[in-house]
Amino acid sequence: MASLKVRISFPDDKIKEPVIYQIGHEYKLVTNIRRADVTEKTGWVDLELTGDSEEIERGIEGLKKKGVKVDPIERNIIE
Amino acid sequence: MSKIKGLQCKECKKSYPTVALHVCEFCFGPLEVAYDYDYIRAHISKEKIVSGPKSLWRYKDLLPIVGEPTVGLSGGFTPLIHAKNLGRRLGLDELYIKNDTVNSPTLSFKDRVVAVALTRAKELGFDTVACASTGNLANSVSAHAAAAGLQCFVFIPYDLEAGKILGNLIYKPTVVAVNGTYDDVNRLCSEVAGEFPWAFVNINIRPYYAEGSKTLAYETAEQLGWETPDHVVVPIASGSLLTKISKGFHEFEQMGFIGKVTTRIHGAQAEGCSPVAAAFKEDRAFIRPVKPKTIAKSLAIGNPADGFYALKTTRESNGVIEHATDEEVVEGMMLLAQTEGIFAETAGGVTIAVLKKLAKQGVFAKNSRVVAYITGNGLKTQEAVVPHVGVPWQIQPKLTSFQEALKAAGGKSVNKE
Repeated sequence: MASLKVRISFPDDKIKEPVIYQIGHEYKLVTNIRRADVTEKTGWVDLELTGDSEEIERGIEGLKKKGVKVDPIERNIIE
Repeated sequence: MSKIKGLQCKECKKSYPTVALHVCEFCFGPLEVAYDYDYIRAHISKEKIVSGPKSLWRYKDLLPIVGEPTVGLSGGFTPLIHAKNLGRRLGLDELYIKNDTVNSPTLSFKDRVVAVALTRAKELGFDTVACASTGNLANSVSAHAAAAGLQCFVFIPYDLEAGKILGNLIYKPTVVAVNGTYDDVNRLCSEVAGEFPWAFVNINIRPYYAEGSKTLAYETAEQLGWETPDHVVVPIASGSLLTKISKGFHEFEQMGFIGKVTTRIHGAQAEGCSPVAAAFKEDRAFIRPVKPKTIAKSLAIGNPADGFYALKTTRESNGVIEHATDEEVVEGMMLLAQTEGIFAETAGGVTIAVLKKLAKQGVFAKNSRVVAYITGNGLKTQEAVVPHVGVPWQIQPKLTSFQEALKAAGGKSVNKE
């Protein structure tokens, strides 16, 4: 089993969609929210994804397809 | 007893030992170094600082190393220049430029953070260092690693301009060009840092690395005669620099070296990558990531790790965050060069452009003391100004030819128009 810490950011038009619930159902992943700041318009969630490495990859692609931004927990590393 | 108590989560305050760790295992918040200020106060003094080396290491008692510095011994203690010409243009009697364009060895403020990061990395037993960078950070890590005899890996996007890579290859690091998007490179580096026993300076060593920026505040206060400025203008990329300048001033206050800090801290971003400025203007608490599109590449961080904290620090100090267009950035670079003789990189153009805007908005009183931080050298981003700097006079090798050209120019050098 592998795990990955990510920050997902929601654009305005995606805030109503239960994307974390959805990827937990669509992929064999355990999602664990550690910290979040979500308002009626937008927000972010720090999330741990646990599962097989390939399933984590698929889950991240799935999140991106749903229109949310996925970054490493460190956010932008390139300086 | 030690000056370092440990690492501490900035959010939930959970404590960790002083190892190579950067994220809280509980809330995923960022970690930072926690100091025993009573211990430090008992071991530090102005006299000790003044008699120390003319480098950032004169403040080693307030930096996160346990032994003597071993890397980057020449970094820091750059000039603080009373910018009278630029000040006159902007209506400011006491404008100062903190000039890190001449930092050693690689001409940017990154030499401060990297000196601290690599000294700490050696203390922690690492023999390999790494970073992900498109410019100044890669230059600095590569140069310091070469001098320190450390193995070095630099990760870059595959489509980075050749000139930027050459600046790294001269030091012979292993440069890894990643064939993917900017986001792919980020993601890969996060995974590499988790997989390999390396000191990744802006990932697992980040709590130590970031502390190096405090030395810009220490030096400013010392060079102003142990006083703080009324205002500072700081460029924002990850946001770390701005928060650490504030921390540096407040630590000096805690040590009793200066009076109560009332400095207003202002942030500067390029319009094409201004997630923190946008949050400030829209009165938001969170940072909405953006896709960078600006000539100020060294500030082009679309989802800044410390953006939230930079926003908070600015607001708490009653500061302002402004942005500048690319055109204003170039004008800022030229204005600084042509008034003070300092050739700054595009990030410096952002700082000067925002300084100019704030002056115009009346943020500064005429006699207030203002410090602008110029963080990198213009020789690294010459492409930004090439179309704007004019061309040489073309003459024949004859005195008459020169006399004709001089006459055509009105009898004086173009910079005396």
